[in-house]
Amino acid sequence: MALPSSFPVSPPLIFERKDLQKLLEVLNAQGYRVIGPTVRDGAVIYDEVQSDHEFPVGWTDSQSAGTYRLEKSDSKALFAYTASPQSWKRFLHPPALTLWEAHRSNGTFQITAEDASPRYAFVGVRACELQAIAIQDKVFLYSEFMDPHYKARRENTFIVAVNCGRAGGTCFCVSMNTGPKASSGFDLALTEILEDERHYFVVEIGSEAGAEIMRELPHRPAGEGEIEAAERILAQTAASMGRELKTDDLKELLYRSYESPRWDDVARRCLTCGNCTLVCPTCFCTTVEDVTDLTGEQAQRVRKWDSCFTMDFSYIHGGSVRYSTKSRYRQWLTHKLATWIDQFGTSGCVGCGRCITWCPVGIDITEEVQAVRAGGGKTSKKGAKHENV
Amino acid sequence: MVENLLTEKLTAADPMLPGLFRIHRILKESYDTFTVELVSLEGYQTFPFEAGQFNMLYVYGVGEIPVSISGDPLHPETLVHTTRVVGTVTRAMRELKIGDVIGVRGPFGSAWPVQAAKGNDLVFVAGGIGLAPLRPALYQILAQRDRYGKIVLLYGCRSPEDILFRKELEKWRARFDLEIYVTVDYANTRWHGNVGVVTKLIPKAPFDPLNTIAMVCGPEVMMRFTAIELQKRGVNPDNIYISMERNMKCAVGFCGHCQFGPTFICKNGPVYPYSQMQNWLTMWEI
Ligand SMILES: Cc1cc2nc3c(=O)[nH]c(=O)nc-3n(C[C@H](O)[C@H](O)[C@H](O)COP(=O)(O)OP(=O)(O)OC[C@H]3O[C@@H](n4cnc5c(N)ncnc54)[C@H](O)[C@@H]3O)c2cc1C
Ligand code: SF4
Ligand code: SF4
Ligand code: FES
Repeated sequence: MALPSSFPVSPPLIFERKDLQKLLEVLNAQGYRVIGPTVRDGAVIYDEVQSDHEFPVGWTDSQSAGTYRLEKSDSKALFAYTASPQSWKRFLHPPALTLWEAHRSNGTFQITAEDASPRYAFVGVRACELQAIAIQDKVFLYSEFMDPHYKARRENTFIVAVNCGRAGGTCFCVSMNTGPKASSGFDLALTEILEDERHYFVVEIGSEAGAEIMRELPHRPAGEGEIEAAERILAQTAASMGRELKTDDLKELLYRSYESPRWDDVARRCLTCGNCTLVCPTCFCTTVEDVTDLTGEQAQRVRKWDSCFTMDFSYIHGGSVRYSTKSRYRQWLTHKLATWIDQFGTSGCVGCGRCITWCPVGIDITEEVQAVRAGGGKTSKKGAKHENV
Repeated sequence: MVENLLTEKLTAADPMLPGLFRIHRILKESYDTFTVELVSLEGYQTFPFEAGQFNMLYVYGVGEIPVSISGDPLHPETLVHTTRVVGTVTRAMRELKIGDVIGVRGPFGSAWPVQAAKGNDLVFVAGGIGLAPLRPALYQILAQRDRYGKIVLLYGCRSPEDILFRKELEKWRARFDLEIYVTVDYANTRWHGNVGVVTKLIPKAPFDPLNTIAMVCGPEVMMRFTAIELQKRGVNPDNIYISMERNMKCAVGFCGHCQFGPTFICKNGPVYPYSQMQNWLTMWEI
């Protein structure tokens, strides 16, 4: 479990690439199911890994609005890829989860809730993804109510962060102040360094659990040159962001821009497919399905990821509240960057760029904000009023 | 940058798990609306709640929906809900018989300002099924009648057949300390009362606008025009309360469905001061 914030800052350590397999073994031996990056169907995804050969050795990616392509190089780097189509949300807040089961007999029914979840160790969590996890913590653990399913998974998770040695084509974590360096929320944080025939990690310890794991692994204190090498890499990453988003006055700008003509413009391109919400590491919305077996004696309530881009999402008797594409795109963007701040005290966007890369028509959140900004919060001429009855 | 907070001790109650209740009584209110009285199957003697709050009601195997509590907060030994049949879950709920079991989660949400309203005149404005969420406030206020000034209930329905809680309305009407005006959109020949929208009753209703708390529940447009009429009479928008409705899948702030601008209606609402919602209500498709 990550980060007692009082954990004393210990000096960085060096951990050799050749010992990485040992890290996986130690985590396994402590009862963790290790989840890490691996290449599948032309993309880096997060799945169970047993061996360090399964990491994306030599793979990088090229990403732009609507495009993702993996590229193989001779490099021995394990973590040279950037944000992948999946996020850790699928483990902490699974796409489908049975909330409870009901059994009917003798004219009544009983409800039982059981939730067994593995103890996960995540290896390769990026700085922006740590922030996304902290944001979902606010939704599920630190609001008025607490979700015991999320809590069970979250509490038991061990986090190995890996700082980004490269920025992706759609990344803008620097604008959102979430990366590229992991600053909190991890048990261990690694910076991968390949130089002069050497391949090693500079390790920062973020918790007592992290310190305990390091004690079981070969390591030594980092030298000044090694620490500087890590800093140089992170400075380069920060300087090569694929995108930028100006955040000053952003909440107020969006609150002023509900009638912006830009919503009409983006609605002509948006397919309301919901890809952006599914790939987003902070989007938390769900629906529920109530199902029964054929005999009707067993019923289940299953919670599933949902998206504010569907018509059903806002359905109330008589019709959907957000029936137009522009109102749904406006809900999404305004929620991410404005109303989220009033709801949870933080932006709902960490700048990972996934929604830009995975939009089939290449709609770019940074570009849309820029366009709304250029309009200065102006009102659409057709600011047609609509009555919800 | 938010700090990671995972160091606090957390409690493990599951807010998504329904409790079981047995249907103790069913009352037919109109051709499409019925009231159920429920008692806990798990040994709870009372179900404490505040006027204006709602529960999530689960019909076995069919689904779960938000429904306001329509009973008396001073008599929490039975849990009372009044539901209008509009679709899948409400239809299945109407099929249930005395003795059948349903799931209940709650109570959730904010309440009508019953205590804060003491010393003021009160105007209740209800549209259709909107009378059900207001009834608990009426019960509570009538039980301490001397603490309040004038009380007026303005109630609008589609037709005379849609009027809910008829017996109770007649009983209340017989009191000299409560004025009730009912209006219908479409009248039959036997109807001798008011015809037209409920907002038309506001200009002539007897209350002191500068010393009035209004509680309004009905369709969104009705609430908006009611608030406008009340303001024309001089009622401060801070003293007008409305109850909002949106799709709800969780009632605890997890599912995102009930968002209305920056608020979640399930936890920040459903009852809001109109002044807080005013600007949002003039925009389309929020
Ligand atoms: C806070 C609150 C209090 C309410 N109080 C009452 C009450 O006291 N009495 C009453 O009769 N009704 C009340 N409603 C409305 C009631 O929840 C809907 O009529 C009901 O959800 C319709 O479900 P259905 O399956 O029969 O309809 P369908 O049309 O089949 O609906 C399908 C689904 O859409 C959603 N849905 C549809 N209509 C609404 C709606 N109006 N509000 C929210 N979700 C909706 C539900 O998830 C529902 O299961 C309240 C709604 C809210 C939000
Ligand atoms: S909105 Fe887009 S860039 Fe921001 S966190 Fe979500 S997917 Fe990443
Ligand atoms: S952007 Fe849409 S899907 Fe994502 S959290 Fe907000 S309302 Fe939910
Ligand atoms: S009903 Fe789920 S967030 Fe309000």
